Amino acid sequence: MNHVDRLRAVFRSALNLPAGADVDGLEYRAIPQWDSLAHMALIAAMEDEFSVMIDTDEMIDMSSFAKAAGLLEKHGIGAAAI
Amino acid sequence: MGEAEREVALVRELAALTERHRQACPPYRRILDAIGAEPPYARLADLPWLPVRLFKTHELRSVREDQVFRVLTSSGTTGQRPSRVYLDREAAAAQPRMLAATLREVLGERRLPMLVVDTRSVVRDPTLSARGAGVLGMMNFGRDHTFVLDEQGRVDAEAVKGFLARHGGGRFLVFGFTFMVWQHLLGLGADLSQGVLVHSGGWKRLAEQAVGNAEFRGRLAAECGLTRVHNFYGMVEQIGTIFLEGPDGDGLYCPDFADVVIRDPETWQEAPTGEPGLIEVVSTLPTSYPGHVLLTEDLGVVRGVDDGCWPGKRFEVLGRLPRAEARGCSDTMGRA
Repeated sequence: MNHVDRLRAVFRSALNLPAGADVDGLEYRAIPQWDSLAHMALIAAMEDEFSVMIDTDEMIDMSSFAKAAGLLEKHGIGAAAI
Repeated sequence: MGEAEREVALVRELAALTERHRQACPPYRRILDAIGAEPPYARLADLPWLPVRLFKTHELRSVREDQVFRVLTSSGTTGQRPSRVYLDREAAAAQPRMLAATLREVLGERRLPMLVVDTRSVVRDPTLSARGAGVLGMMNFGRDHTFVLDEQGRVDAEAVKGFLARHGGGRFLVFGFTFMVWQHLLGLGADLSQGVLVHSGGWKRLAEQAVGNAEFRGRLAAECGLTRVHNFYGMVEQIGTIFLEGPDGDGLYCPDFADVVIRDPETWQEAPTGEPGLIEVVSTLPTSYPGHVLLTEDLGVVRGVDDGCWPGKRFEVLGRLPRAEARGCSDTMGRA
């Protein structure tokens, strides 16, 4: 599985979305499942999955799936396919 | 930023915000017209203020209804309606960022392992209480969030022990409401000497037990080894703006984008340093509602200006204005 697929899987699992759910266009708070509590679970799940440490400012700015992919890239995890 | 420099910058920004809200929020415009508020404003104390309770009784927003992204509500005291605060996307995004900028001074950039002096259920409740919202907002600064109380509200000594085994050797964050910290952290017998405690929520319940800040800090240092302790003052009507206690406990300090004016409740003039009065809070963050200059119902006193460990004013919150006087105050504004 490439990084983007792994990121999609992390999103689905942390936000309790069904297996095939399309997450690429998701934005923070645009769906009820992605609230502030889920945001923290999502950040923790990304840290576990990709072995990265996400800072406070990065966490606050990660307001969409696209930004999450960009954040991974910044941490040296190639998600250039987005 | 020193006080003089800060005031010049803030007066300019807040005067511009006043005009922006005047244009965009008709009830606010009517209030300004009625009290005859007109620029130029030379000092922060010259800016027109709103009593904070207006957000309980009026819908005050400067963005169209379809631009409202979040509506925040306060915990109203019994018999009172809660405040309603309207955020558009921009204001909602700015507030955690500015809160982070303020706390960076004492927490650093990294999210720290975090001990929450509360129960996990306060953040799970679908009708989130003000306490729950406060805990949630602070959880952004932590990782491996560990709750000191179990779901039934009993101290979970095992959870704390496990947390300290994992993280007790490095810096970690402890957050809780002041009375919860006093009630539950002291008896814990844990070594929290690597912790940074951030606490808020007011002193009312501790004042009833005649416990002041000096005793609070002294007991935490003696019994838990907690010496890095920062109280803060803030309110939902200026979400994202907090006034953080300095490292020596010598008062609450203002972030660069905010300030306080203490007003004599008889004359409404700015009270000199050392004279108690009503606390007015000003902040550049309220861009989507006219909450940038607010007169609170809290009493406070400026302890010093540019003379502490951080620049600007340092002040103390003395407590709530007695009820009768608060009515007098809103009558004054009601005529306006």
